[in-house]
Amino acid sequence: MLLDSLMNLIPELNKAFLETLYMVAISLSVAIIAGLPLGILLFVTDRGLFLENTTVKSILGFVVNMIRSIPFVILLVGLLPLTKLITGTTIGPTAASVSLSVAAIPFFARIVETSLREIDKGVIEAAVAVGATPWMIIKDVLLPEARPGIVHGITITTISLVVYSAMAGIVGGGGIGDLAIRFGYYRYDDTVMITTIVILICLVQIIQFAGDRIARLVDKR
Amino acid sequence: MIEVKNLVKVYSTKKNKVIGVDNVSLTIKNGEIFGIVGYSGAGKSTLLRCLNLLERPTSGQVIIDGVDLTTLNKKELRQARLKIGMIFQHFHLVSSKTVFENVAFALKAAKKSKDEIEKRVNELLEMVGLSDKRDAYPSQLSGGQKQRVGIARALANEPTVLLCDEATSALDPSTTKSILALLKKINRELGITIVLITHEMEVVKDICDRIAVMQDGKVIELGTVYDIFTNPKEELTKSFINSVLQFDLPDHLLKKRTGTIVKIQFKGEIAEEAIVSDMLQTFKVKGNILHGKIEYIQDMPLGIFVMELTGDPDEIQRAIDYISLRTNGLEVIASAA
Repeated sequence: MLLDSLMNLIPELNKAFLETLYMVAISLSVAIIAGLPLGILLFVTDRGLFLENTTVKSILGFVVNMIRSIPFVILLVGLLPLTKLITGTTIGPTAASVSLSVAAIPFFARIVETSLREIDKGVIEAAVAVGATPWMIIKDVLLPEARPGIVHGITITTISLVVYSAMAGIVGGGGIGDLAIRFGYYRYDDTVMITTIVILICLVQIIQFAGDRIARLVDKR
Repeated sequence: MIEVKNLVKVYSTKKNKVIGVDNVSLTIKNGEIFGIVGYSGAGKSTLLRCLNLLERPTSGQVIIDGVDLTTLNKKELRQARLKIGMIFQHFHLVSSKTVFENVAFALKAAKKSKDEIEKRVNELLEMVGLSDKRDAYPSQLSGGQKQRVGIARALANEPTVLLCDEATSALDPSTTKSILALLKKINRELGITIVLITHEMEVVKDICDRIAVMQDGKVIELGTVYDIFTNPKEELTKSFINSVLQFDLPDHLLKKRTGTIVKIQFKGEIAEEAIVSDMLQTFKVKGNILHGKIEYIQDMPLGIFVMELTGDPDEIQRAIDYISLRTNGLEVIASAA
């Protein structure tokens, strides 16, 4: 009986799993591509650093905080016009990826900023004293020194995206989390709910484990 | 040549202003090792950091080899910094890069080609004695080795000036010696002007040509190391020198003594003359040496003796006058009761 219902669930689960991967992959890529430079900018424009710029710093900081303070469900719905503009549709996993990306960019940017802040200021100063350009300092000092922290940041962002993507069901995004909500929460189908939750737990464990391993590999300190 | 003119650095916070460097002017000659000493908070670190504009002075000029750094734009300043090496107390190496990459970074900043970088880094590592650590990461090195990497990085672009920010303060005494010897070698062989700040008078005594003593952001005394050591004028300078040349006698020893205790200082050639024995033969006093030491500062002797003189008070006074005339200083520490 249990096995039967699980077997019936497999095609549905399979689809949901792929949807989750799809949404997480897209939004994670966007988060890294946009969030990394944003995080670096937030850091290097800070007081006492080599590209100190109070105006840029406060504007960026304000925008980042603003996006981060909006509850994700509201962001998901509120960004529908933007989603329509970018993807041409407002439903499905691609559409959900837009809001996920928008939420992930500032999240990841703050993590990058924090890992850069961990770097000994003296090391940055030594690079300035050597006569290096800002670009060289970013590329050859900041990024290598913050690499373990940034890898941890990617891990945390990925896991958050897996969790946030559960809400993508609201715009028909699908995904495992959505499956859990639709079957488990609305229909009281415990089998589906428990199965999906187990899958989510495994997924998060694997991501965390892989992330930790990679972080250790890139850590030369 | 480094010329500092009317340099002022003020740190403004909302509540108050803190003066880091208070109107300092000084000239550091080409090829000399110039020491700046003072307690922490005296402004010596700020002054040093103004020399390559890591700290931008509030007012005043920093002129290195005829170029006023304060007038340069960002790009010109980067170019100027290529020729001003700097090493730090805590080394400040990039921990995720190998020894080779850390030194190569400085050459990359000068836009050198890959081949040039390869060749020059090997040369530099050879010079600082770290050829075998080329591919090691900083975490695998000892403090002294890290500082050698720092020195190699600082010298990569053949600078004319090397700034040392408490470069030996985090090292043990024997490593300090070897780093100082390396700095001296660099100074002698490459003719690089070295400006160092330290709170350790040992360091100054070992390698500096001239020193400036700083207090509350001002230079209160400046001169050659030998002159400052043999004839300090300010209280602070004296206390610094005492930290190296400890001639203080234990209190219990002073209390037990009945005669007149004098401290005699000899400088240069007279340190080698037999003034004390002449005095003892000329006057009817007995001399008992309690403490004595000859220090060599910049290869010139500085002798200091503490003696107890006993005998007729008038004879003692005459003996004291005799010695005062013939030496560079006599100080009566305790008179006979």
